[in-house]
Amino acid sequence: MPRPPGATDMNENLPVPPSPAPEPASMSRRSFLRGSTVMAAGVAAMAAGLAPLRKLGDFGSVDEFLQAHYNELSPDQMSTVLSRIEGEVQRQYGVRPHVRDLKAMNGVEFVYALNLTRCTGCRKCVHACVEENNQSRDPAIEYIRVLKMPNGTFDMEKGDHNYAPESVPEPGFFYMPVQCHQCKNPPCVKVCPVKATWQDPDGITVIDYNWCIGCRYCEAACPYFARRFNFSEPTIPKEQLNTNMSYLGNQPRHKGVMEKCHFCVQRTRAGLYPACLEVCPTGARKFGNILDPHSEVSQILKHKRVFVLKEEVGTLPRFFYYFDV
Amino acid sequence: MIRAVRNYFVFLGRSAALAFDGDWRYYAWLGALTAMCAIGLNAYSHQLVDGLITTGMTDQVSWGVYIANFTFLVGVAAAAVMLVIPVYVYGNEELHDLVIFGELLAVAAIIMCLAFVTVDLGRPDRFWHLIPFLGEFNFPGSMLSWDVIVLNGYLVLNVYICGYLLYSRYRGQKPAKWFYIPFVFIGIFWAISIHTVTAFLYVGLGGRPFWNSAIVGPRFIASAFTAGPAMIILALQVIRRVTAYHVPDRALLTLRSIVQVSMIINLFLLANEVFKEFYTDSLHVASARYLYFGLHGHHALVPWIWTAIGLNLTAMTILALPISRSIKWLDLACVCAILGIWIEKGMGLVIPGFVPSPLGEIVEYIPSWNETLICLGIWAFGLLCYTLFLRMSVPILLGTLSQAGERNLVPAPATPRSDLPATNSAH
Repeated sequence: MPRPPGATDMNENLPVPPSPAPEPASMSRRSFLRGSTVMAAGVAAMAAGLAPLRKLGDFGSVDEFLQAHYNELSPDQMSTVLSRIEGEVQRQYGVRPHVRDLKAMNGVEFVYALNLTRCTGCRKCVHACVEENNQSRDPAIEYIRVLKMPNGTFDMEKGDHNYAPESVPEPGFFYMPVQCHQCKNPPCVKVCPVKATWQDPDGITVIDYNWCIGCRYCEAACPYFARRFNFSEPTIPKEQLNTNMSYLGNQPRHKGVMEKCHFCVQRTRAGLYPACLEVCPTGARKFGNILDPHSEVSQILKHKRVFVLKEEVGTLPRFFYYFDV
Repeated sequence: MIRAVRNYFVFLGRSAALAFDGDWRYYAWLGALTAMCAIGLNAYSHQLVDGLITTGMTDQVSWGVYIANFTFLVGVAAAAVMLVIPVYVYGNEELHDLVIFGELLAVAAIIMCLAFVTVDLGRPDRFWHLIPFLGEFNFPGSMLSWDVIVLNGYLVLNVYICGYLLYSRYRGQKPAKWFYIPFVFIGIFWAISIHTVTAFLYVGLGGRPFWNSAIVGPRFIASAFTAGPAMIILALQVIRRVTAYHVPDRALLTLRSIVQVSMIINLFLLANEVFKEFYTDSLHVASARYLYFGLHGHHALVPWIWTAIGLNLTAMTILALPISRSIKWLDLACVCAILGIWIEKGMGLVIPGFVPSPLGEIVEYIPSWNETLICLGIWAFGLLCYTLFLRMSVPILLGTLSQAGERNLVPAPATPRSDLPATNSAH
């Protein structure tokens, strides 16, 4: 029978004692040396394992590490943060951006309406969004997903995400772009363990990219597949960087954080339309303030037969679909 | 006071010294585990440098084997109560000292859980955002914040109870009831809560019909109380083989009946779930169909789940038969149950929740090599922790490491002892 390692290792040559011997009160020099050698070998093995970390250079500065949550930053601290980000972007891309912290406007609640009769599935909105919002080109991150749906069903499992015909639209199909629905009851906000994502007063759910810990719980919670995670460091060609930036909007992200459509806050909070709307060649996209009864979206919601996706999950989207006929 | 602190440090020092002392087999075992840890650490370093792109995860399947292992190990940790309840609620003296081995297993399991969630984070450097008061803790809104509290609380409870009982034994003193019995009972409820809260992480998501089912919580508990005690059965046999500690067969057989009943309940709940999904046959059955039969030509999980079901049924059959009173058959049943539940909870629960995606897209998930090495590293680290805990606690429970031994620099001759460990005199 092998001698149990748990027992003392003195008396190597003696028969196994019938009962356990006491552990030595103090270790012998030999066992101390041996124990220390084993420890040292273990530590050395761990240190060797960590070798790839020498290539780790982009985990952010000490200031970024210590930066407080967006809602706790004083105006002074915020301007320090903004100029720090400008400096970081300049170092990385060689151009100095203009980074602002645009707040929600009073008396404004944004709503989007999308005309499924008019959408032709050209995906111009997808690409305009990528360029406007400084999304990573490789790996490609896109906030808008357009589904090619066969007429006669709304079962999204029947939709085609990767359609690539010579020209669109194809007969027998309709096209349904899906992006963040800016829900009034957003499950993503509820599940975030660190309040890194929240709903602003104008109805836009934003993300503090500098606070997100990258647990991806929000991504699991979203019923619309609206969120995108930076699985690696994003790459954007220098000449394609959009330098008109906002903190909660299109400032360049880093690996390990979540992002998603924010209705182009850097544009819409400054009185412009979202990029996806401006580029749409068919006028299928409508955007505006639902609190203004004369706005286009108010009129659409009043007069068209509109619907929302997955109404049964109770998320109360601010993104409506409608048909012209 | 100073003396008490000094005594405590002497205790810690002696235990720690002991942890790194043993024969060549012990060193070989530690060496192998350390090597695996180093490999895992190396893989994690690559992940830190390149990002989570080194894993098989995608935006569609945004959680993978890290969260799967985490979920399984929360169950193992919770199962320590399956030793505590018989001892403290029903006064089963047989298992009394074994409770400490169960709780130490829980400690090692929680350490692994915390490691698994840490490696899953995109920005682990921002972990401090999760610390209540220091960061922005979304409590009680986020179930993940509940999980942070219950897991760390459970770790503290178990470390405290084990530490207190072992130190009392080391000093040859009777542990004061008021110093640990209340915590033992808190621990019982706490153990249930850690696994319930972990189930609620999934259950609370309305956009994922596969998880959004009330039965997930009970299924978690049932499967945990199967796999956890099965693991303890195997651990106890390792203990009695490699140390002088005597674990009676009767103790293993008590645990056997727990595994037996839990496995039956577990499979019953599984049958409930399968019936509801497939008989209803609504659009929400898609994930379950993908898991059990494949969907639109995608079958990645099918071999996994049928292996799990096969293993679970084998385990249940063996356990239901009298042959499982023989330790060899019992071991086989335990191994089957552990593997079966590990698959069922991991590949069988976490992954299909993401397939198809909320927009009906099917993206399959296969863990990457780097991701697998990180998992192996964490398992090795957990085993390493458990080994060291046992190396320190077994001599204390045997009485061979005690305060009385401190005064004699030259070890005293072995005092004749009975083969049975001294029973804890707290009762």
